[in-house]
Amino acid sequence: MSTPVTAPPTIINFTVDGRQLSAPPGTLLIDACKRSGIEIPAFCYYEGYSLQAACRMCLVEVEKMPKLQTACTLPVMEGMIVRSETEQIAKARKGTLEFLLTNHPLDCPVCDKGGECELQDMVFRYGAGESRFTEMKNHAPERQWSPVVFYDPARCILCYRCVRACNEGMGVGALGVTNRGVLSEIAPNKEDHLDCDECGACIDICPVGALTSNIYRYKTRPWEMQHVATVCTHCSNGCKTTLGVRNDEIIRGNNRDRGGINGEFLCVKGRYGFDFTASEERLTTPMIRIDGKLEAVSWSKALGFVAEKFKSVQADGGKFGVIADTRLTNEELFYLQKFTRAGLKTSNLDHAASGDLITLLDALSGQTDALATTDDLYKTKAALVIGSDLSQQHPLLAFQLRAGVRHNKTRIYTVTPGPVREAKYSATSVTVPLGEEYDALAKLTDRLKAEKELVILFGDSIKGQRVRDLVAWAATLGIPVKYVCLVDDSNSRGALDMGCLPNLLPGFQVDPHPGLSQAGMLAAEDLDVLWIVGANPLRHAPLASRKAFVVAHTMFLDETAARADVLFPSASAYEKSGTLTNVTGQVQRLKAAIKTMGAKADLEIIGLIAKEMGLAPTLGPWTHDIVFKEIHSGVHGYNVPLPVLLTGGAALTSPVNGPVKVNVLVDEIRSAGDTLFTSGSLGRHSKLLTSVPEFPGALYQR
Amino acid sequence: MSLTFTPETEKILQDIWSRYPEGRKRSAVIPMLMYAQDQLGVVTSELVAEVAKRCEVSPLQVEEVVGYYSMLNKKRMGKHHVQVCTNIACLLMGGEALWHHATKRLGIGHKEVTADGLISLEEVECAGACSWAPCVVDGYEYHHHVTIEKLDQLIDSIQKVH
Ligand code: SF4
Ligand code: SF4
Ligand code: SF4
Ligand code: FES
Ligand code: FES
Repeated sequence: MSTPVTAPPTIINFTVDGRQLSAPPGTLLIDACKRSGIEIPAFCYYEGYSLQAACRMCLVEVEKMPKLQTACTLPVMEGMIVRSETEQIAKARKGTLEFLLTNHPLDCPVCDKGGECELQDMVFRYGAGESRFTEMKNHAPERQWSPVVFYDPARCILCYRCVRACNEGMGVGALGVTNRGVLSEIAPNKEDHLDCDECGACIDICPVGALTSNIYRYKTRPWEMQHVATVCTHCSNGCKTTLGVRNDEIIRGNNRDRGGINGEFLCVKGRYGFDFTASEERLTTPMIRIDGKLEAVSWSKALGFVAEKFKSVQADGGKFGVIADTRLTNEELFYLQKFTRAGLKTSNLDHAASGDLITLLDALSGQTDALATTDDLYKTKAALVIGSDLSQQHPLLAFQLRAGVRHNKTRIYTVTPGPVREAKYSATSVTVPLGEEYDALAKLTDRLKAEKELVILFGDSIKGQRVRDLVAWAATLGIPVKYVCLVDDSNSRGALDMGCLPNLLPGFQVDPHPGLSQAGMLAAEDLDVLWIVGANPLRHAPLASRKAFVVAHTMFLDETAARADVLFPSASAYEKSGTLTNVTGQVQRLKAAIKTMGAKADLEIIGLIAKEMGLAPTLGPWTHDIVFKEIHSGVHGYNVPLPVLLTGGAALTSPVNGPVKVNVLVDEIRSAGDTLFTSGSLGRHSKLLTSVPEFPGALYQR
Repeated sequence: MSLTFTPETEKILQDIWSRYPEGRKRSAVIPMLMYAQDQLGVVTSELVAEVAKRCEVSPLQVEEVVGYYSMLNKKRMGKHHVQVCTNIACLLMGGEALWHHATKRLGIGHKEVTADGLISLEEVECAGACSWAPCVVDGYEYHHHVTIEKLDQLIDSIQKVH
């Protein structure tokens, strides 16, 4: 193919402060400068959101243009000569600041934003400490809009960032601007309060301390905290979160370096749902049931007791069952499956399955590059969501699609059992009862054939044969299709990959001696030992075996603990190291943020039981880095580049490509249906999550 | 709950609505609010919700418009809404004195209503009648070259009729 002679320019050359720069056409001057390390101050401009040009901080000199120009709205032009810091510019910026400060209170000494406030930084840089304005400051009282959000109009500089973040980023539109001129202020959607996602994106993006969170306000100063970059423990999306920690207490969550797969996105659970770690109901000591009553005992006693019991049951040829939580680390899951298979010599091992990835991999056998990443969701031209209330169940994935709609004109199609937020900006939204999705898909076929590519995200109603039907139907579209099999929790995907399954070994290798599934174990009347590592299966189903000796690792005295004979207090994800694999197969590293008295990481508890049983030589060391090495070299798809992981990035695993011939227990695949505000027992023990008026919420409402 | 307008207002609203093409219905927000306010005397939350629904925007977006424009009132104004201009031309021609006189005589201030709900006052910026300054507007009715006496006569006449 020959190139036409007058092709539009693919690169624009221009000069800033004497430096020759270039950028693709359409790039805003402010972005082009930033990419070359030249900072142009901005309050209202925010990468990724619509342009506002409300603050005039970004003024620069452009040759041949009579007045100072706003760099945030000016696209780069060929031959343009720009100066970003001159006396004239400094004077203009100082003037802007003087205006902003006319009504701004002198709150810096008590303001949450002190030390990381963009207004403070700018005044520090340009002066404007003195004002010619001697009139009374216009004051309006601070208000609380929700258990999360506080607004102080006096501090607000009306940059509209919050309004755009809520409207465009979240798709909620709960914030607006009311009144005019000096009386303008931000208004919530319900007159005096908010009805929203409570995500705190507005608070995070506010350049000043006008929006503050109830969780963090007046608690500390940013320089008094340690900032620990780790991964959210709640849903399967795997957002990176930076926990602000002081004295072993988590005080704040955000994504300070914007470095993760989520940029700075976090939902209410990731940003504020960490307070379960400090719940008074945390179990802090091992317990043994003595005469029907749970009594606190020492670690050595509990470990010894369990090891003895395990050994004697094993010697008698008894029946074990092991259930793993879907929030354990890959290392814990891997070590646990090894313990179960090599130590306890059984494959009665399972987790709460929430999506049918197994059938999907089998159906896709022979196709490469067929699973989508979080980045693909942003870049794809079209996406089809089947059977999931994405904005509630998979907030980051929904956020990625919304960003794609704004930036790349992504076309979204939804086929769901009830109304979803995506309908607001989708190409087509169809509501059909569960199980009737395929009739709706048939009607969409022609329109989807016209798309260039498609990412299909499907929930738990598509499983077994229905997954095969979906893949077969998608093949008829004649376009490249990628998939996301939606699963629930922060390491639901890891539980599959690490072989915490009765019929699959790590890396989706068929287990020659399949064992009992979770339902099978709970129903087995002759079960001798049920070892529950973190999960709470007895919340939903009874345990049939009256004689079973139940060992549970847990944070709280939940339904499972009520039936347990021995309890081990376990550490949460925020208290341990290891790796997690998110719904799109990206591995990330957890970093312990705090220590909690009494609790131990599950890996350590499992390892100590192994040691007591004399299994340590068979199972090997139980430190997470050594176990990770084993996973890295031994589990299919986990041979990921280590520097990516070690620097806090997300390393993409490669799925097995080949048949996975097992009998998938389709009936046991069920999403827990957590909403934006629930998260199993973690959510029930978060004061914040249970206090928002939107709690617990319901799926398919809007 | 959907608001019912008088048949005349409903007709006007539908007429305004029909003038804007599909996908641009939001442009009808201001005229719809104005006409509905004429009928209801005030912009209620129900009206906001109704206009939002018809114009395919969120109620908050309609609230933004109501908050911005001083001619849209969320507080019920008097049967006669008397606006006194004190912007530059009128100011030079005695508008300020008219404003003070009106507030004194009626005992109410800016955007306040007399106890009987008959008259409300508003100090407005240029009403577009500078050539005949000072000017006072009663509802949609303009009074030009207003003097203190003329203003008194206007208030008398309003009070007499009711
Ligand atoms: S908390 Fe989130 S949803 Fe609520 S107003 Fe702020 S940005 Fe919008
Ligand atoms: S509250 Fe903050 S983000 Fe919102 S307009 Fe005011 S200063 Fe900007
Ligand atoms: S979207 Fe999921 S992973 Fe991200 S912050 Fe929310 S709960 Fe955590
Ligand atoms: S950043 Fe350019 S005007 Fe605000
Ligand atoms: S200044 Fe009063 S009408 Fe123009």
